[in-house]
Amino acid sequence: MRKTSVLERVRLFGRAGIDVLGTLGRSVIFLVRALFGRSATGNGFQLLVKQLHSVGVMSLAIIVVSGVFIGMVLSLQGFSILAQYGSEQAVGQMVALTLLRELGPVVTALLFAGRAGSALTAEIGNMKSTEQLSSLAMIGVDPLKYIVAPRLWAGFISMPLLAIIFSVVGIWGGAMVAIDWLGVYEGSFWANMQNSVSFREDVLNGVIKSIVFAFVVTWIAVFQGYDCEPTSEGISRATTKTVVYASLAVLGLDFILTALMFGDF
Amino acid sequence: MQNRTLEVGVGLFLLAGLLAFLLLALRVSGLTVGSDNTYKVYANFDNIAGLTVRSKVTMAGVTIGKVTAIDLDRDSYMGRVTMQLDEAVNNLPADSTASILTAGLLGEKYIGISVGGEEEVLGEGGIIHDTQSSLVLEDLIGKFLLNSVNKDQANQ
Repeated sequence: MRKTSVLERVRLFGRAGIDVLGTLGRSVIFLVRALFGRSATGNGFQLLVKQLHSVGVMSLAIIVVSGVFIGMVLSLQGFSILAQYGSEQAVGQMVALTLLRELGPVVTALLFAGRAGSALTAEIGNMKSTEQLSSLAMIGVDPLKYIVAPRLWAGFISMPLLAIIFSVVGIWGGAMVAIDWLGVYEGSFWANMQNSVSFREDVLNGVIKSIVFAFVVTWIAVFQGYDCEPTSEGISRATTKTVVYASLAVLGLDFILTALMFGDF
Repeated sequence: MQNRTLEVGVGLFLLAGLLAFLLLALRVSGLTVGSDNTYKVYANFDNIAGLTVRSKVTMAGVTIGKVTAIDLDRDSYMGRVTMQLDEAVNNLPADSTASILTAGLLGEKYIGISVGGEEEVLGEGGIIHDTQSSLVLEDLIGKFLLNSVNKDQANQ
């Protein structure tokens, strides 16, 4: 085995750092150009509607189904824990706060990264490797505006909506289990929830969280596709990176946002 | 034609999102429009143990406001509680009593206000002087134990 000198290792380390900074810089330039560049040729609104369909509407099924199940599980678990303290009525409050503050935005972002993010990366990566992007540039259409921008906006718009739907469906599932199955009194379930959930602190903060996550996840997904190596191996690596980076970014950012919003300092 | 169904789908999706948001606002958080008119009242307690910001302030069991801040008064060493009360209830006599109560045996703490008899009313920044502190279970148990020990010694 060849021994690498200390200097060589330092050089490799430095190069990795430069690579990271270079990618970051490229992704920022990419984002700014896609969002604020000159407007696209053709009907931008039509393109956006098409992407909203494939990114938002098609993700609706997985969001609704997982929302119902997570709400039901939360209700079951919360009931069995709260029953030890004789305060089963608080289960509504627990389900609503958990979903609105944390699980709604976070789980939606993770599912979105897996369902729509990976698809975005693979689609754009494939366009790049089959040279569709450079062909568009050849005929004078900016691929950043024509291909990338509608996908970015579609992600920004649809994910907060999906997160809100997730929370609502989850609360409905939780209410179903708690009221119909476990026998919590319906009045105290909703009253406890309304007393403890505040619109600005809980609902709006949750929505702000999901807007931040939407921004990060869509940005990572689209940039990974645009920046990938134009080979089938490169596309597969870019798709994996999208899911891994997006999930890590969401979980890390969630901690920071929670500390800022609910950490009292 | 295909484009049309796609657009209908997107429209429904956007509508569902907005509807869900309204549902969260009205049903889950119980948001009521136009109740922003409040006034501030302070109360000093010997012990506020367990009371937290956002706790309810009630009168005759009806919620009329909430606790917005809790801090220590440096000079008197008492806990100072800041409450935002509904403007609709602006006829509280100045000698009303504020007490810290508990919902159920181990439930959350809240402030209950009972009406006094004075003609003067509490205005913006008014201070409630007559207060009753939080019931601390440990203190009660401590007193009870001390009592029984004293009795034992007296019996011997």
